[in-house]
Parts: sequence; structure tokens; C-alpha cells
Amino acid sequence: MAGTGPFEGWDTVRCPYKRFGGSVCLLTSHEMGDQISMYRIVERRDLTPVTKLFRVEAPLVARKAQAGQFVIVRVREQGERIPLTIAAFDREAGTITVVVQEVGLTSALVCRLQEGEGFFDFVGPLGRPAEPLLVGEGRVVTVGGGFGVAPVLPIAAILRERGVHVTSIIGARTQDLLILEEEMAAVSDELLVATDDGSRGTHGFVTDVLRRLIDEGSRIDQVIAIGPMAMMRAVAEVTRAPGIPTLVSVDPIMVDGTGMCGACRLTVAGKVKFACVDGPLFDAHQVDFDEQLRRGKMYADDEKRALHAWRCGGVT
Amino acid sequence: MAEEKFRPVKRPRVPMPEQDPRERIGNFREVPFGYTPEMAVQEAERCLGCKTRECVAGCPVEVDIPGMVALIRQGKFIEAYRVVRQTNSLPAICGRVCPQEEQCEVRCLLGKKGEPLAIGRLERFVADYAMQQGLAAIERPACSNGRVAIVGSGPAGLTAAGDLVKLGYQVTIFEALHAPGGVLMYGIPEFRLPKAIVQAEVDLLLAMGVKLCLNVVVGRTITVDELVAEGYQAVFLGTGAGLPMFMDIPGETLNGVYSANEFLTRTNLMKAYLFPEHDTPIKVGRRVAVVGGGNVAMDAVRCAIRLGAEEGIIVYRRSEAEMPARKEEIHHAADEGVIFRTLTNPVRIVGDERGWVKGLECIRMELGEPDASGRRRPIPIPGSEFMMEVDTVVMALGTSPNPIIHQTTPGLEANRRGCIVADEETGLTTRPGVYAGGDAVTGAATVILAMGAGKRAAAAIHRQLQEG
Repeated sequence: MAGTGPFEGWDTVRCPYKRFGGSVCLLTSHEMGDQISMYRIVERRDLTPVTKLFRVEAPLVARKAQAGQFVIVRVREQGERIPLTIAAFDREAGTITVVVQEVGLTSALVCRLQEGEGFFDFVGPLGRPAEPLLVGEGRVVTVGGGFGVAPVLPIAAILRERGVHVTSIIGARTQDLLILEEEMAAVSDELLVATDDGSRGTHGFVTDVLRRLIDEGSRIDQVIAIGPMAMMRAVAEVTRAPGIPTLVSVDPIMVDGTGMCGACRLTVAGKVKFACVDGPLFDAHQVDFDEQLRRGKMYADDEKRALHAWRCGGVT
Repeated sequence: MAEEKFRPVKRPRVPMPEQDPRERIGNFREVPFGYTPEMAVQEAERCLGCKTRECVAGCPVEVDIPGMVALIRQGKFIEAYRVVRQTNSLPAICGRVCPQEEQCEVRCLLGKKGEPLAIGRLERFVADYAMQQGLAAIERPACSNGRVAIVGSGPAGLTAAGDLVKLGYQVTIFEALHAPGGVLMYGIPEFRLPKAIVQAEVDLLLAMGVKLCLNVVVGRTITVDELVAEGYQAVFLGTGAGLPMFMDIPGETLNGVYSANEFLTRTNLMKAYLFPEHDTPIKVGRRVAVVGGGNVAMDAVRCAIRLGAEEGIIVYRRSEAEMPARKEEIHHAADEGVIFRTLTNPVRIVGDERGWVKGLECIRMELGEPDASGRRRPIPIPGSEFMMEVDTVVMALGTSPNPIIHQTTPGLEANRRGCIVADEETGLTTRPGVYAGGDAVTGAATVILAMGAGKRAAAAIHRQLQEG
């Protein structure tokens, strides 16, 4: 059955089942091998000292991935499940690109992975694609803060392809933490840079640049902002008064990520929504950011404890 | 089977030894230890061997219970196991989590005068016995009849897979999570269903030739249409329960409020009770309120106690008599010190200045006229509100089905509640060649009902593919 239609190459995709000492299965199921596969890292780039880019072999995910969606990964047998927004996909090469910033234990473990090593689990694409939510013409401003620039990239690319005029604002605390500047320039008609310390571009926040664009009076049909929750909240405040439709991509704590556990709930327009199946993109003017900021810190002490235990124990 | 002459032995039901409550609240090890071979024989000797075989009629998967019991009585445990397995692919699981008191045991003639035969304990015994003996001796059937895709590796999917592989089909199970078992893995706690048992049952299916693909979310990673295009002649959807329900009261997004699904998934699938050796944390606090009266609520509150809560409180709006949980689970919880606040309904969750739960405001209820479910409807008593000081609130109120499959499969109808519409007898959906069963169809129910649905769908798929 292999090699028919869209499933060409499926017989090379293995699903690992090593945890229970059971057999390894091939997706096309006409063959069983004993080879253990992982979701291999074919490229790793150090974007900043704490931000790494990984291109990962995951042909099934790559076949379906669309801008705005995410994957859930685990790094080891006892690992937790964390969501990572898709930064790029290559259907032919069968790869998905994600960008990870070291914050807690799991992201620290991810950032230690080298080319040739792999993720333990890598599932997706999850969530709703951005495409139906994007305007088809006019002018859009995309805003990427910190490692949030990565998921903005494929969205800007779609807009550009549609002939929308794309102005992109990217920002970071300081020049060294700025990522994917060249890539963003390539998919934008105009790229503006802001750093908190003024080491590059405008001295200030991405929202300062956005406010200036709005004040200049140029028409903006949509704003798409992805970054830290506090940044997205600030963007929402800037675009609220002029009534510019604004999308943000929330990244709450998730467990299964497939619509089962409800960990990722948030209040949008007064209603409970689940980021994994209803999002992750939402109308910025309706999202309760304060609630999300608070929920995002729910395990902050545990994260510190786990990171500390790992560093002191020296175990992987 | 040859009937040997026997006379039933009159004796009380053989009790099953279990971990002392004072000890077990400090660990996640299984509570009941199971019968020894001697105990199993003694219990089997109680069977009257009646001709009506009412117990079989009460079993959703029609296990030949009298046949099993007769073989146990003769000490032929492996043979007894084979009899069970003819119709039940997951006996070690059913022996532990089936509500036998409403199915096989409730119909047992012995129950008219005394206690019914302990059928569940006997089933568990033969399954555990066979596993200890290394039951890999199950042969691998020839697979020549065609290909079937099973979506979801919970009780419905595993049962359908087991039956179909025995009938000679090439079966592939697609599972969204990183481990197989569905609710058996993420929902039911270790102390009620050890995960090694689930793994052993799954491994057995794999040894029989079932293929398992983890980390595949059907509807996202692959659609049902693509499975059909890929050459699967039938597809069975056993996607299980979906998004948790909340009460729509103020404070449900405070830190420290969980759905039972999340609380149990963190604990069971992700092993948060082993944090930080395992990476997934959980917040428990000193006092935990679990809202709901079903088995899931009992599982959650018993997990909370084991995770270190000083007090685990069940908050339920009706009285204990109306609780949908198995009596045995309620007793286990009570033995472990769980406090039952019945005829009590939450109205608001109160947070502290940092946004963490500090209290659950409840109102007392009284029972009025019976409602559509036949149970007396709980009515709030005006002015009876009171505050319960708690650190954690777990909502165990049921789930609504996962929307992904329905949204991504053209021609697949769902009802108003979002459950997949399927024929009760065959599991056939509104989409030809696509079958469904379990919680995805019925909404939250039991493991064995899901298994029954998987079994009926497997038979229907077999008929369809044979008739062409």
C-alpha cells in the first residue's frame, strides 16, 4: 500500500513504542522492524545564547502543518508535554522548525539537544491554522517579541504571498536576543526593530513603534502579535482605541494539547475557551490577559525546583 | 465443556485482601491484592452452576462466566483464562474496573439470599495468573481479511482491535497520546488499575499482530478520509471523552482549579506523584474539594489524598444514594478519610489577592421531585450559602466529546451534545465504512460499555467486509 497518493514515503515513518518493550510499528503496517526511531533533529541553530532553532524530522506533521498551529513535544521518558508553536515547515523534506527559549526544565532539556539527536515525542499539527483569520488585502502589521518572532514568520509569509502589504515589528530586550531578523525582512515589505535598551533599532518597546505607525495615520487593516503575554496585552491596548482588528497567539500551559484536559482554558469575551482546540489565535481585544499572566505562573515554584534538582543532580 | 459432578459449597463470599487504608493513603500501589489460587478455588466452589446463566446475559461482552468458574474450581486456571479471552480482550482490566454489581453479579442467584459470586475477582485472578505464567502463548492469527483502522487506544478501540485481529484483519491503532490505553492510562489511577496491567494487555494485542501508531491525532495528523484513501476498508472511532465541563460559576479560571481530566492526567499519565523525578508538576494544597459524585470524582479525591492533601472533600449536589460512583469506590474513599459534603452545590470559587483559590462558596440543597434521570432533583435552599476553606478545586462534572474528528470528517454527523451519531447495534455512523463507539458516542460512561460497543462494531465491520 505504500507509495500511493498523499501517503508516499509513509513506510519510512516509524512510530516509537520503545517504552513498553513492545514492537515498533510502521505506519503503513506492511512491515515491522525493530529499529527505534525518534523525531530526529536535522538542524540546530543557536539564535541567541538562550534561544535555539530546531529543524525536526516529522514528515506526518510537516505534511499537514499550517502557520499558526503548534506541536506538543516531550524530551524524555519521564518528560512533561509542552506546546511549541510551528515556526516553519517543509513538506518535501518532511521537517518542522520550532524555536525554543530556555525558561524551565523542559525547555532547558530541549536546548541541550544536538543535531542527530531527537525528540522523544512530537505530535501535531494541533490547533486551528491562522490562514482563515487573516485579511486578504490592504496592510497588516505583524509584531514579534522575543522568541515570539518565530511563529510570526510563517504568518507574515502567507500575508505577503496574498499581496498584503506587510510591516513587521520585531523586538527584544537587547540586540543579542533579537532573532530571525533576516528571515523576517525577507517576508516583509518593511521591517522595524526595537530593543528595550536601544542597542539596535528604536530604543523602546515594539508597542512604541506600533503606536507611532498608528499615529502617523497610515491605514492598518490587521495586527498580528505574538510574544510574551505582557507584550501581547500591551499591543491589544494600543490597537483597542483605534479599533484595529488584532490577533494574538496565546501559549498557556497544556498537558495533552488535543482537547481533553482543559488546562489551557482562557476567558475570551467572557466565555471559557480552550487554546488547544479553539485557538491558539484569538481576538486580542477579547482575551483576559491578566488571567493568562497569572495562570502562566501556576507552576513557577515547581519549575524552579525541578530545574534546580536537575542542575544539582546533573542527571539528564 | 464436560460437566463434572459437583455440589456447590455453602460459604460466605471469600474476601479479597487489600492494603490497609492507613498505609495506602501514602502510596499509589494497588489497593486490593487479588485472590490467591486457593481463595479463587474456594470462591468458585460457591457457584450454583445454574442453567439460566443470567450472569452471562448481564455481561456487555458476554463472557462465558459459568465456563470460567467451572475451570477455576478444577484448578485449570490457564484454561479458564482462555475461556474469558474468547470474548474479552482485556480481562485483567475488566476484573478490576467493571461495575460487576450492576452487571453479572447483580443477576447471580446466590445474591438472592446472600452475597453473589465474586465474578469480577475471579476474572481478575485468572487474568493475573495467566500474565504471571507468561501468557505470550497466544498465537498470532493469519491476517488476510483486509485492513481496519482503529482511532484511539482506549477500551473501545483495544477491544475492537482484539476482536478484529482474531478474525484475521490487519489492524492499525492510531493513538494521539504518547502511550496507549486512553482513559485506562490517563484517567484511572495506578492504585485502581496498575499501568503495568494495561501495558501487558496492550503488548498482548501487539503480539497478536495489532499495529500501534502513537502520536497521531486523527483529524489533524491524518484525516479519516485519508485513512480510507490509504486503503483501510473500515475505520472505527473510539476517541473517547473530550473537553471537560465546568459549572460556569465565578472563579473557575483561578489558579488551583482543575478539571478532573487534567488532575488525573497529570497524576496518572504524567506521573506527577513522582515529581520532580518525573517532570510534570501538580498543585494539591492542604484541602482539596472535588465537585461531583461519579467514579471520576472518587478517583480524583483519592489521588488528592495520596498526593498529600490533608483533607479530601467530595462536594455533591444530591445525596449519597444518588451518587453515580460504584459503591465500592465510595467505600474505598470513605475508608481513606474522604469527607462527603452531599446536598451541597458550589456557587462561586473565591481567590486570594494573588489569584489562587482560597475558598469554595457552596449552597445547601434539598431533594425535590424526580427529574428526567429519575433521580430526585436537587433544589437550593435559599440563604444557606456557606464558605468552605480549600486550596484546590477539582471539577469532575463529565465531558463533552472532542470536536476534532467531527469537524474534519465530512458526512460524519454528531448530535446536539456533540456525540457522534452511531447505530446502537452496529456502531455504524452516518458515514459508510466508519464506525464509532464508547464515550465518543454515548458521552461519559464506563470502560465495559465502551468495550461492548467496540465488540459490536468489530462484529459489524466483519459482516460488512465479508459481505463486501
